[in-house]
Amino acid sequence: MRHDCRMISQVFILSSQGDHLIYKDFRGEAGSDVVSIFYEKVTALTGDQPPVVMSHNDLHFVHVRQGGLYWVATTSADSSPFTVIEFLNRLTALVKDYCGSLSEKSVQMNFALIYELLDEVVDYGYIQTTSSDVLKNFIQTEAVSSRPFSLFDLSNVGLFGAETQQSKVAPSSAATRPIQSSREQGGKSEIFVDVIERMSVVIGSTGLLMKADVEGEIRVKCYMPSCSEMRIGLNEEFSIGKSQLRGYGAAVRVDECSFHQAVRLDEFDSHRILRLCPSQGEQTVMQYQLSDDLPSAPPFRLFPAIERDSGGRLLMYLKLRCDLPPKSSAINVCATVPVPKGSVSLSQELSSPDQSAELKLQSRAVHWQIPRFPGGTQLSALFKLEVPGLSSASMLEVGPVGLSFELPKLTATGLQIRFLRLSPVQPGPSQRWVRYVTHSDSYTIRI
Amino acid sequence: MPYLGGEDTVKELRRALSNPNIQSDQLRYRNTILKVIRTMSQGVDVSGLFSEMVKACATVDIVQKKLVYVFLCAYATLNPELSLLVINTLRKDCQDPNPMVRSLALRNMTNLRLPSLVEYLEQPLTAGLRDRAACVRRVAVLGWAKLYNLQRSSDIDATVVNELYSLLRDPDPVVMVNCLRALEEILKEEGGVAINKPITHHLLNRLKECDVWGQCEVLRILQRYRPQSEEELFDILSLLDASLVSPHPPVTAATLSLFLNLCSGLPAVSLAALERVRGPLLAACGSVSREMRFTALCHIQLLLRSVPGLMGAHYKRFFCGYAEPAYIKQRKMQVLVELVNDENVAMLLDELKGYCTDVNADTAQAAISAIGRIGRSYSDRCLEILTGLLGLRQEHITSVVVQTMRDLVWVCPQCSDTVCLALEGCEETLQDSQGRQALLWLLGVYGERVSSAPYTLEVFIDGVRSESSLGVKMELLTTTMRLFLCRPAETQDMLGRLLHYCIEEETDMCVRDQALLYYRLLHCGIEETRRVLQCRRSDPSLGVLIGRPAEPISQWACSFNTLEPLRQGAVETESASRGSPEHVTFDPKPNTDLSGTLNCSQGDTVHAAMQSPSVCPSPQLSAQRSFSVCGCRDRLSKVIKCAEKTEEEEDYVCLEECVQCPAITHCSPQSLQAAMQLVNIQTLAYTPPHTLPWRVYLYTHTQRAHSGNTPHSTLILGELLYTGEANQKVVSKEAVEGGEEKQVKEGEEATVDGLSGRESVRINGEEEEVKVTLKQQPRDDKALKGFLSIITTVLHTLSSEQN
Repeated sequence: MRHDCRMISQVFILSSQGDHLIYKDFRGEAGSDVVSIFYEKVTALTGDQPPVVMSHNDLHFVHVRQGGLYWVATTSADSSPFTVIEFLNRLTALVKDYCGSLSEKSVQMNFALIYELLDEVVDYGYIQTTSSDVLKNFIQTEAVSSRPFSLFDLSNVGLFGAETQQSKVAPSSAATRPIQSSREQGGKSEIFVDVIERMSVVIGSTGLLMKADVEGEIRVKCYMPSCSEMRIGLNEEFSIGKSQLRGYGAAVRVDECSFHQAVRLDEFDSHRILRLCPSQGEQTVMQYQLSDDLPSAPPFRLFPAIERDSGGRLLMYLKLRCDLPPKSSAINVCATVPVPKGSVSLSQELSSPDQSAELKLQSRAVHWQIPRFPGGTQLSALFKLEVPGLSSASMLEVGPVGLSFELPKLTATGLQIRFLRLSPVQPGPSQRWVRYVTHSDSYTIRI
Repeated sequence: MPYLGGEDTVKELRRALSNPNIQSDQLRYRNTILKVIRTMSQGVDVSGLFSEMVKACATVDIVQKKLVYVFLCAYATLNPELSLLVINTLRKDCQDPNPMVRSLALRNMTNLRLPSLVEYLEQPLTAGLRDRAACVRRVAVLGWAKLYNLQRSSDIDATVVNELYSLLRDPDPVVMVNCLRALEEILKEEGGVAINKPITHHLLNRLKECDVWGQCEVLRILQRYRPQSEEELFDILSLLDASLVSPHPPVTAATLSLFLNLCSGLPAVSLAALERVRGPLLAACGSVSREMRFTALCHIQLLLRSVPGLMGAHYKRFFCGYAEPAYIKQRKMQVLVELVNDENVAMLLDELKGYCTDVNADTAQAAISAIGRIGRSYSDRCLEILTGLLGLRQEHITSVVVQTMRDLVWVCPQCSDTVCLALEGCEETLQDSQGRQALLWLLGVYGERVSSAPYTLEVFIDGVRSESSLGVKMELLTTTMRLFLCRPAETQDMLGRLLHYCIEEETDMCVRDQALLYYRLLHCGIEETRRVLQCRRSDPSLGVLIGRPAEPISQWACSFNTLEPLRQGAVETESASRGSPEHVTFDPKPNTDLSGTLNCSQGDTVHAAMQSPSVCPSPQLSAQRSFSVCGCRDRLSKVIKCAEKTEEEEDYVCLEECVQCPAITHCSPQSLQAAMQLVNIQTLAYTPPHTLPWRVYLYTHTQRAHSGNTPHSTLILGELLYTGEANQKVVSKEAVEGGEEKQVKEGEEATVDGLSGRESVRINGEEEEVKVTLKQQPRDDKALKGFLSIITTVLHTLSSEQN
């Protein structure tokens, strides 16, 4: 018999190949065969069908994809999708906190820990708690780190892939260790405060900035066994909304701002100080958005020239300028240039040897990779494409160019952390890290 | 890990588990148990180890205990007898001084799901409710719900229910929320936990203590509460204001749901709440999690149904990121189409244009359809883009562009010149049947203006033997006939060949029958043929009626914050993959069913139009719901009464007109309804075909953006009547306000049953007249005239086809 209350009936985790990694049934209402049914359904979807919610009879699958895995909950039709999806996302974050990283391997190695987590997080289909502060009292199993020590771990280069060039940036492995391993490591206490911004920009074919949005957040990742209070000081000039301007320096402005409910804001209005008692693991303490008003020029400009040569080849001459301040630079820059259908081969002239470019036929685009792009410089590339039957209309298919990049040590809004104080002062060695990074959520330049 | 030979693995594990050496070494014992669970997760049946695992349960190592419990809960139902052995250990653990052990034991005891254990459960659960530790009370409270569901028949003790109610005041917020959850389940038959004023205010006051999940639960349960006074209502609303703009999307959504529920009678307050959640919802649209983005987008679409202008200024938030998955891009485009206005149309089209060449064909097609949809209001700009896309000569793009043009030209006939020019040469790139069908239809309707039309058709006719699509063949027949009518010299020969092939060689009965029919029709003379086949074009004034009316919030409020809005998309896109881009947007498919009279797929398309989830949610009547003559008269008198009532008001127009539409009464209700819906007119009710007097009731909203920003909307309600005598026609149409209209609808529904079995009366082909009187409120002459000309055109078209 089905209940029409809103609750989670089962939770399971599948690898991308459909291997069953974790399966937990909270209500005993449906059999475990739903796991295979889910996998059949999700792999049979055509490209345009939204995969997030699928149903089988009166059972509904809601899933998120993270770390290359399917995180699935089964529930009833009147459940809140916001709640179920937020829960699954929170579950992935917890697993990441406890196991150190999110991957098929780490889930497999720590399955006992994940069962234990699920047992505490959900009871009879009802979410009990997802706070790592509460959970740490209950979770007994210790994480098995999937990579105890590895200098050249490339799969880790993602969010903070900057460490090879940026000696001052905290080691990335530090941020991917399990929160509770601190016990065995003799209480090495560290705290990371990350300011992460995502830019989404559209630049028109005339070079006009059509859209520039920034979504940002301050994330605290805490590996302190005990930390009573932390104070984060933001720029004094930080202002929210259009009307309010503070200080005399260049204003740091956002449109909207929201805080984690544990953040105390009594010093925020006067001194822009956030006070909180961080829980172990990762949490987002502040989120903010800025629309259509970047304080500085957009980081990249593109000057394209596209023509057909006498031999019927398509010539693309691209000049890419990085408008960051001279001392900073962008890393892992990749420009994706869509090219006409039917392009068969590419010849290239790039302005420096560390760049590379290749024609990806499947995505019908040229990928131009620039590992490191210093501010104030300009790179150029000449691509010659062999396109049989190239017509003048085919030029329409070139563009828009998508850029993906990371800007370490930079925030697009200019938000800075003035200071980071812990009270009482931590006994023993403790390390505090403040890291800034801006990503491209979507950076599109029309041609 | 050996997947094969599960039995060997089990044997080996059993040996290890019963090895005293391992049992005495805690770490090795635990690792062996870990192996068992791992094997279990991989899908190997390890239920044979049950008795060994029961033994392993008696340990002081909590990690080991937890692992064993995972095993026991999975297999207990298979071994009810052996499970009894665990009960003692579990009951002993329930007395343990460590609260963690107590809660663990209690939870797993109730998770075994064995009815035979119920008698052992009650005592520890009762004790659990009064435990000092909150974590034990949390488990105990839900334990009662599990117990109740395990043994439905037994009535739960009233004292337990009372105790659960009193635990709503427990200092621990999770215990409180769990009490609500447990009571909901236990008291399901009585409609769930009683929500009275004290409980409501208690819950509201403690809302802040709860975490996100608890808040959502409380907010949901509060939906059942009805405030006793307006003052109380506003007190509650102001308490909830902070939750409405919470940074957590689940809380925002749950609060808005509650707001809409509480304020169903106060539309202004509901609208203000929608304005308030705009910010949080937009933030959720930019969330890192794709799934959260998608959810927020789907819910924004709901909001836009009632407040189309809600997101107008924020249209850039719905620009697609280049790395976003196709399903999010498509949703964003659906939203963008809704947001278009004079100021942003250029920007928006520029952006959409970029998506048209997307490497993902589905995204490209969705973008092209979106441009076509915008083309109904801004046809010149959009046609320019569409024509440009044809130059790419890419199969999938050309196909969708031609289909989009077909749909556009039906609604905006003034585009036909541009479309005709653009069509030249398309046939070379078209491959799929949907696209070729659309091209053929256009050639049939505008054949005299496309100079190359006969040559194009010739290619089709030469290849008809290898043609696999039934739809294309049918369309080809109709198109060739039509072209023959306007360009006989060029077409006669190929028409002969086509008819010959279809009649002599074609194996499909539908095609053959249609060819035969055309053949015989030609025998009746060219004039007769023309009367059957001449295609009526839609009227240029159709444009007046574009734009969906804003729906009342109550239409969608009940599906807000459920999985429904996310699933709808699946239905819509499914139909889109059938080849009709129109289903992506919110209009029924303007297909060839009006003009392609004898098209055998007509039934199908009409059906699709009626079933389409996208049509306006106004009453849709199936043929069975047409009503009897006396009921009709009854209804008419009501309508007239309404008209008299409205006559007293100033802002009211009445218009009378006669329409020559022979044979309209033979029109099937389905095609009538489909035809009306094409032009945004909803049929309220109608008599069966051939019945006298023949009546149809219709209504429509029109909405036009006047010089200012405020859209001006009027309502037109009407009736078509044909009494059977050539000169005496009574038709009245009038407009009434929403409330009255509803009342009318009720009256009509009451008469549905009285369907009369009247003999149908055949009417001769003589000229017959339907007089049309339009009444409208508030006054808007232009819209009224437009409406009249549209209805005239539709009636003409329909009757010419019925002839």
